[in-house]
Amino acid sequence: MTTARTVVTIAALTLREALRRRVVLALAVLTVVLLGLSGWGFSRLAAESGTSTLTSGEARLTASILLNLVMFGFSLIAALGTAFLAGPTLSGETESGIALAVLARPIRRSAVLLGKWLGLVGFGSGFVVIAGLAQCLVVRATVDYWPPQPTLALALLVAQTIVLLTLALLLSTAISPMASGVVAVGLFGATWIAGVVGAIGGSLGNDAVARVGTVSRMLLPTDGLWRGAMRAFQDPSALLEMGGSEGEAFPFLSAAPLTATYVVWAAVWVAMIWGLAAASFLRKDL
Amino acid sequence: MNLADAAHLLVGLPPAPAVWCSGLRKRYGRQLAVEDVSLEVGRGEVVGLLGPNGAGKTSVIKMLLGLVHPDAGEVMLLGRPAADPAARASVGYLPELFRYQPWLSAAEVLILHVRLAGVGVPAQEQRDCLSLVGLAERAGDRVGGSSKGMQQRLGLAVALVARPEVVVLDEPTSALDPLGRVDVRDIVLALRAQGVAVLLNSHLIGEVERVCDRVVILDRGRVAASGTLAELLGQRELRLQLADLSRAAEARLAATGDVERTGDWFTVALPADDDQTAVPDLVADLVALGARVHAVEPARISLEERLLGILRAGNGGNQ
Repeated sequence: MTTARTVVTIAALTLREALRRRVVLALAVLTVVLLGLSGWGFSRLAAESGTSTLTSGEARLTASILLNLVMFGFSLIAALGTAFLAGPTLSGETESGIALAVLARPIRRSAVLLGKWLGLVGFGSGFVVIAGLAQCLVVRATVDYWPPQPTLALALLVAQTIVLLTLALLLSTAISPMASGVVAVGLFGATWIAGVVGAIGGSLGNDAVARVGTVSRMLLPTDGLWRGAMRAFQDPSALLEMGGSEGEAFPFLSAAPLTATYVVWAAVWVAMIWGLAAASFLRKDL
Repeated sequence: MNLADAAHLLVGLPPAPAVWCSGLRKRYGRQLAVEDVSLEVGRGEVVGLLGPNGAGKTSVIKMLLGLVHPDAGEVMLLGRPAADPAARASVGYLPELFRYQPWLSAAEVLILHVRLAGVGVPAQEQRDCLSLVGLAERAGDRVGGSSKGMQQRLGLAVALVARPEVVVLDEPTSALDPLGRVDVRDIVLALRAQGVAVLLNSHLIGEVERVCDRVVILDRGRVAASGTLAELLGQRELRLQLADLSRAAEARLAATGDVERTGDWFTVALPADDDQTAVPDLVADLVALGARVHAVEPARISLEERLLGILRAGNGGNQ
């Protein structure tokens, strides 16, 4: 009862912090700029294909690639935004002393951590869903393309954001606010690159190189989830259009669909990292 | 004995102390910050925590509040083990490092803390709390734009807002001007009048001397001395410069208390239960017995002198 109240209070406080600190405003501006640019780009694409220089298959391939590219931009913004919010939220508050007065209240630290996490999850997923949906609508309005599984795709983008912010939260219980944001985003980028390297290995038939992508996807599930999201955004014929297995290496198309096992692994991964964050936060001397 | 009897016995017991700790120990790396600290703050009692920088005062306070985990020792707050967060339900705390969410207004910070404390405090009572610390006109201002003094006042309001039974104030006047210090002193005295226990850590010895019932002196992580002010400062004494002292007058002096003599200066310990008549009676009797009284001075060492004495003795003549 009291724990539930604490969780809700802290989650609401975290959301309010994002609003008051103009994080929401900054993200909204970025999103509108990105939507506007992509809208302009897609309308140019429509104008080009109108002169029948592109077959409808080519147009759909291009739309898929561009949509994935823009979505990657959004997932990057969401990742950066939540990682840099999650970092300061714990370590920043312990460093500044804000946590002293709060944690001296009759509340459990795990409830505070859960509240922070839920607030960040609400913030990150809200952003991803709104921006992603707006982007899909822009694409439909300009080139009349609608992704095959938009709900699944957005859900996977949300999952990717949750994975990253949970990692940032764990880091922020142990290291300084700035370092935790930088490390989380750095790992996110590294896994993405490892995923691209692995895909190139796959298309070349080099197992050792392909394994780089697989291992990194297990260690940090952001890239695997991202690839699943791309798969759900892109037109099923796009890969064939790119030339089958050669298309695998292309960073903005995904060859294999996501397995249920992998999604379960991602959930277990988040639970494990959250547990580590809680253990680390509970033991911390303020 | 049946359960009803046991319950009856329990009700008859005096309430558990507001704060109680025993054998607290904390080591940070190689540095032993706190070693075997035990202290107690009774209900409605004001206890001062004194000691030089690095004596472990803030570490002890943080261990009492569950913010720092002790390596050894036990803490009870209002009769409940401090490991249970619910033990802090009626505890107010002003940290030495007072920072509050800069993006909230002062009034919003209080709402947050009331909610976290799980106490229903009406809005009017929260406003009263802000005016008590002199922030009535600043209730809507963002904390981030306030001066340090204003933030410390807000911290005091946060410590007081959830109807505490114990208030822990860690250096509550470090950022306040002289007027603010007087306000804090008045607030502490008002808390004592309401039966709220206060643990006050302050460098301002004069402040501690004015408001505290008891004092605990920490030095290098240990309790160097503790007790009521009268116990710590010793009994009051009287210094007299006398001439033509008869045997009878000497006997009269000795009857008052222990006498020390240096030349024609006599130092007499006054009885602890002195009801303000001992000095005039003694002087009148001495005069009647033919002694010539040149000077009469009350002698009482200040808490500051006593503190310095304890700390120097503890440092084993290094100084």
